[in-house]
Amino acid sequence: MSVLVSKATRVVVQGLGEAGKFHARQCREYGTQVVAAVKPGAGGTAWEGIPIFDTVRAARKATGADCSLVFVPAPFAADAILEASEAGVPFVVTITEGIPTLDMVRVRAALDARGTLHLGPNCPGIISPGEAKIGIMPGYIHQPGPVGVVSRSGTLTYEAVWQLSARGIGQSTCIGIGGDPVQGFNFVDCLERFAKDPKTKGVVLIGEIGGSAEEDAAAWIAAHRPGKPVVSFIAGASAPPGKRMGHAGAIIAGGSGKAEDKKRALQEAGVVVVDSPAEIGAAMAAALGS
Amino acid sequence: MKIHEYQAKALFRRQGMPVPRGLLCRTVEEVGKAHAQLDGAVSVVKAQIHAGGRGKAGGVKIAKSREQAEQHGRALLGQILCTHQTGPEGRRVMKVLVEEGLAIDREFYAAIAVDRKRGAPVLLASSEGGTEIESIPREKMLQETLHPHEGLLPFQARAVAYALGLKGASAGEGAKVLAALARLFLDLDCSLAEINPLVLLEDGKVLALDGKVTFDENALFRHPDLEEMRDPEEEDAAEARAASHQLSYVKLDGSIGCMVNGAGLAMATMDIIRHHGGAPANFLDVGGGASVERVTEAFKIIVEDRNVRAILVNIFGGIVKCDLIAEGILGAVKAVSLEVPLVVRLEGTNVERGRQLLKESGLPIQTAADMTDAAKRAVEAAR
Repeated sequence: MSVLVSKATRVVVQGLGEAGKFHARQCREYGTQVVAAVKPGAGGTAWEGIPIFDTVRAARKATGADCSLVFVPAPFAADAILEASEAGVPFVVTITEGIPTLDMVRVRAALDARGTLHLGPNCPGIISPGEAKIGIMPGYIHQPGPVGVVSRSGTLTYEAVWQLSARGIGQSTCIGIGGDPVQGFNFVDCLERFAKDPKTKGVVLIGEIGGSAEEDAAAWIAAHRPGKPVVSFIAGASAPPGKRMGHAGAIIAGGSGKAEDKKRALQEAGVVVVDSPAEIGAAMAAALGS
Repeated sequence: MKIHEYQAKALFRRQGMPVPRGLLCRTVEEVGKAHAQLDGAVSVVKAQIHAGGRGKAGGVKIAKSREQAEQHGRALLGQILCTHQTGPEGRRVMKVLVEEGLAIDREFYAAIAVDRKRGAPVLLASSEGGTEIESIPREKMLQETLHPHEGLLPFQARAVAYALGLKGASAGEGAKVLAALARLFLDLDCSLAEINPLVLLEDGKVLALDGKVTFDENALFRHPDLEEMRDPEEEDAAEARAASHQLSYVKLDGSIGCMVNGAGLAMATMDIIRHHGGAPANFLDVGGGASVERVTEAFKIIVEDRNVRAILVNIFGGIVKCDLIAEGILGAVKAVSLEVPLVVRLEGTNVERGRQLLKESGLPIQTAADMTDAAKRAVEAAR
């Protein structure tokens, strides 16, 4: 069982540059059905056996793709996401980093109106171990199992997954929601899905400074009591205010977005919050009683 | 990207927003001339630095004569100004803005920024403008969400103007200023457009007495003309250099230099150093690739910080294999000739091979078993 993606998911890749090609290949090697690619001007050709189309509309019509993986460079990424949504692709995963915030404001308004699900941007994507990998994470560190992982970070998520897998604790689905201020899926969207998924027995939530998505997650957990343990680490407790820490969204501004406030909110909601990123795996193991 | 008040006001003027008459000055002589040229009895001399809190820190001074204006110019130009936003090191004042003195009736606050939860820009306004704005909770402010394409609609601007207590022609002027601020925000891809204070003058006119505009770095490709507003004097040289090598670097005040791949893991590495009693000297994300060139450049930037007494490299090699990363680190260490202890923690694909390469190199590199071990070793080495 998995959340959002499975062996049946049919992926169209938008943006077939170096990164797009590399990761499309990696996704396919993992077992993901990569059924089409879109590259304006190259329609009618193929790349490593994958048919290329000029438009997402044509790709969807010909292949029935139901998920788009976007690698299109930042200046053109918003247009690519809107194109996928307009073509009726129900789920879009945007890896691209550096998209202007106001582009994402407009994308979000359009996608919400159409009901398109969007993960990212500036995220590693999503993987259901043993089912499908739609993103740039290293597939082999994952193993199927009971823990859902949701995170605003990339490599820190791999770190957490590594700690879980090293203890023999597999993952149901790992979702990277990305580090941008305006994004598609947030923590609550993912928690709702993990709560409903019978195979997910526990959740690792990795947050960071900036915004209030962790506080929103805490409020949701407190209100819905999902009955599954949640273990959390919040990155940036040692970050100074007013400085952007790599991610566009990782900044303590005007006294809000501090790690300590997020930790406190999560603890009050019954979440196990670890102070050291090295303790994520052990804390989940303890919470699951394994 | 931050800009100065005088630059923000030039943008305001271009949008048709009223601002005080003023002249930018770089010398004491220019300050005196400007005071005379503004022909009022009173002028205001304002330090131009990229930080708030100037008023309280003595960076904004009122002059009632040309001599007094020059005195203020002398007290500010070339001097270091410390505000609660600059930190103790302060900023050197290179320019001052000399403006006409005005008779103010009331002060307001108005700002537009992207609200993450709504996923849209929001106009925040308050009838309590001025220097104490940070003490007013956001929930207590007037809020209007901007339409993603249309901006602030005229009825929204009017509603805010009336709610601020503006009346008659002043309300109409206030609404116009707010609508123009919204247009500026959307047209120039701002991350912040703020007027604090927005003032009602005794003669009923509404005017932006101070302005602050910040641009979304990711959207600057659409606005090449804004690039000339960048003030290199205001930017940290090491941070700017790092950015030109696609490295994300933020200088901190600790003694352990950090080099990490990925922003989240980089923050987590700072946290674990702190957790074990050390202090990080920097945030540094070398990106996923960690090539020899970038790692070398990263080491150079780290060792230029004189506070650094040990370096911790924490790399999770996922797609890029650990043996390749180890080779990158070795190449960089040789190129930079490191003089401080180096602790390396590698994890991921081909990690055994990577660790072996580091060990066999004969270089004084400590290889750590895991993140905790790495942090403890680095903290010990920096003591």
